[in-house]
Amino acid sequence: MADHALHAPQPIDTIRDDYLALIRRKRTYGAILLAIFIALMTSGFIIADDRNAGGFWDGLHRIFDFPAEVIAEAAQKADQLPAHFVTFLPAMIETLNIAGAATLTGAIGAVVLSLLATRGMAKWPRLIPVFRRMMDIMRAVPEIVIALILIFVLGGGPVPAMIAIAFHTVGALGKLFSEVNENASLKPVEGLESVGANWSQRMWLGVIPQVAPNYVSYALLRFEINIRASAILGFVGAGGIGYELKNAMSWGKGRYDEAAAIFLILFLTIILVDQASSALRNHLTHGAKRGAK
Amino acid sequence: MATADLYQHKAAAETLFRRKRLAAIGLPLLVLAYLTYIFFAFDMPGLMGRASLENAQKLVSDSYSYKTHVTRDNRSGEVEIAIEGERKGEYAPGTSPAWVALGDETVIDLENGHIVTFSADNAVRYDVPGYGAITAQPTRASGVNATLPAGDVPDWINLSKNRMTVTTDAGRLTVTRNRTEVFRYFTGWELFFFTLDSPYHGLSYAEVMARALGGEAADIWTDFWSNKMWRHGDVAWALFETVLMAFLGTFGAAIVALPLAFLAAKNFSPLMLVRQVTRRFFDFFRGVDALIWTVVLARAFGPGPLTGALAILVTDTGSFGKMFSEALENVDEKQIEGIRSTGAKPIQRYRFGVIPQITPVLLSQILYYFESNTRSATIIGAITGGGIGLLLTQAMITQKDWEEVTYYIILIVLMVMAMDWLSGILRRRLIKGDGSGH
Repeated sequence: MADHALHAPQPIDTIRDDYLALIRRKRTYGAILLAIFIALMTSGFIIADDRNAGGFWDGLHRIFDFPAEVIAEAAQKADQLPAHFVTFLPAMIETLNIAGAATLTGAIGAVVLSLLATRGMAKWPRLIPVFRRMMDIMRAVPEIVIALILIFVLGGGPVPAMIAIAFHTVGALGKLFSEVNENASLKPVEGLESVGANWSQRMWLGVIPQVAPNYVSYALLRFEINIRASAILGFVGAGGIGYELKNAMSWGKGRYDEAAAIFLILFLTIILVDQASSALRNHLTHGAKRGAK
Repeated sequence: MATADLYQHKAAAETLFRRKRLAAIGLPLLVLAYLTYIFFAFDMPGLMGRASLENAQKLVSDSYSYKTHVTRDNRSGEVEIAIEGERKGEYAPGTSPAWVALGDETVIDLENGHIVTFSADNAVRYDVPGYGAITAQPTRASGVNATLPAGDVPDWINLSKNRMTVTTDAGRLTVTRNRTEVFRYFTGWELFFFTLDSPYHGLSYAEVMARALGGEAADIWTDFWSNKMWRHGDVAWALFETVLMAFLGTFGAAIVALPLAFLAAKNFSPLMLVRQVTRRFFDFFRGVDALIWTVVLARAFGPGPLTGALAILVTDTGSFGKMFSEALENVDEKQIEGIRSTGAKPIQRYRFGVIPQITPVLLSQILYYFESNTRSATIIGAITGGGIGLLLTQAMITQKDWEEVTYYIILIVLMVMAMDWLSGILRRRLIKGDGSGH
């Protein structure tokens, strides 16, 4: 068809008709897709609404009741808020530590796994698919699964959450790191190989300096995500701020001032870390650009 | 080049090298120091003491094996046989598996020569090959009255006045004053397809297939789907609910965030104030963690999948708003101008000049979030009470249905991997399809 068009120019009418038909077909497909999407969203919403304990429309006007209650009680006992901040600071630090240690250990694991799973750098090139699948599986396991099992075996506390988050982090960062590795130049590695460096030396001296800024930037992003994850895991029994929140919540009215303090401290920490990490990441990419000049 | 200059460069290079060397040693040391601090802050040494190896063992062995209980009530003399000792795994009175012979005497064959006999008057006898016969005559007045072969009591027998426990490779016998109980262990997941009350229990795969072809397919399916032990229907429904939460949350967030993103983008929203307010809104929704949204929304809407979907929706509105507005700031103005030159109104300019440019970026981000939200929905479901997350926590709380926990974990991992795969395919297809369409 395309060849034919090149050799003998078609009458303009045919071209226009063809084009319009194409556009019409595209529009029809688009409309059908949109209709399917809308149908899926509506039916999904209706199903979810049915299965929920309270309906959407009943709950909608009550959405601010709970925040209002919390704020009212917190305002009433505003003088106690600073004291609560001090009380819950250790828990917040524990949550941060869970995220920090998990990100750190997870990133170390991810560096090793991603190097082993990148063509040209792998120590055992035949095992590349094995390491890739390993990362896929580690990435697919939600943190809560490992955390709950480890809580059963190790008892409650920060360690189960840390291990669970680190496990997931290895998979998630490993995938991003191996994408970074693929863009790294292999020339330094070859150079090092020619002077007889072993695998770990080649990686440590040839690859890591090239990719370190990107690694750190991804790890910082992961750290932000992991803080949220570690707060949530606290809610199901691993220590930290989530656990305190659960306690304050299950107590109900009368300790909402504590809940408010926890909400605030968590919110402020997340904002603070987000800002700091984005500034740091900007600096890293900016620094890399300056180096490239 | 002057020699002095050269020296200067050399000195600078040496300083740089010294700094790099310091960093190369200092950074790992810093990491090590932090991990040491964590080691003690998290009380790892104490953890070793608290860790329960017994629980770990139970968990692992239970995840791939199950036990059948044969229990005699020593007051009424009735014998009950139940898989995992659960009501839903009970054998109907008068029926038994092949290795238990009912009658005046109940003979339980634990294989490899291990035989337990429940005789009349509550007497019980366990023949252990290579050791001899262990007998007991539990009475309410004087305890279990056990008699062992001569010699020391081996460490696999735990004997006191009111209780005797014999644990061998073949199974376990527990005798107390009120009841006598035998466990026999099997590998596999019990009653995975059909429960005992189903006529299809115990049939081979070929037989079931033959019957299905003979017109019983619907019955067979019902029996499997409503299996009381494994509740396949409920589990499938829970998985669906989890995906539904992620779907509604992710795409709902995208729908809400798209118009707001225009307000936050520099090139579409000339008013600085509007921009700043919208952006702070996004920051707020992102900053208030999904955990907090879940807790707050659960108060208004009660537990269930809708609450989870809304929690995802609210959190991701913030993330999407930020990303979308960044994508909007990067659009190519020329295409919009081109559309404008044909006399298009603002809405048409957005529709034909902007949307086609950002669709691939947006869709790929949305699909990526969809996949990651499937995982989040599992966790949020555990908190709000919906989907597979709820089933998982429920099964964990009983602390004995580890085979079900294993089953759920496998399903969750498969579900997430399937979503990952699906979103990958869609991303490639949509982005490519859109690119070639222009």
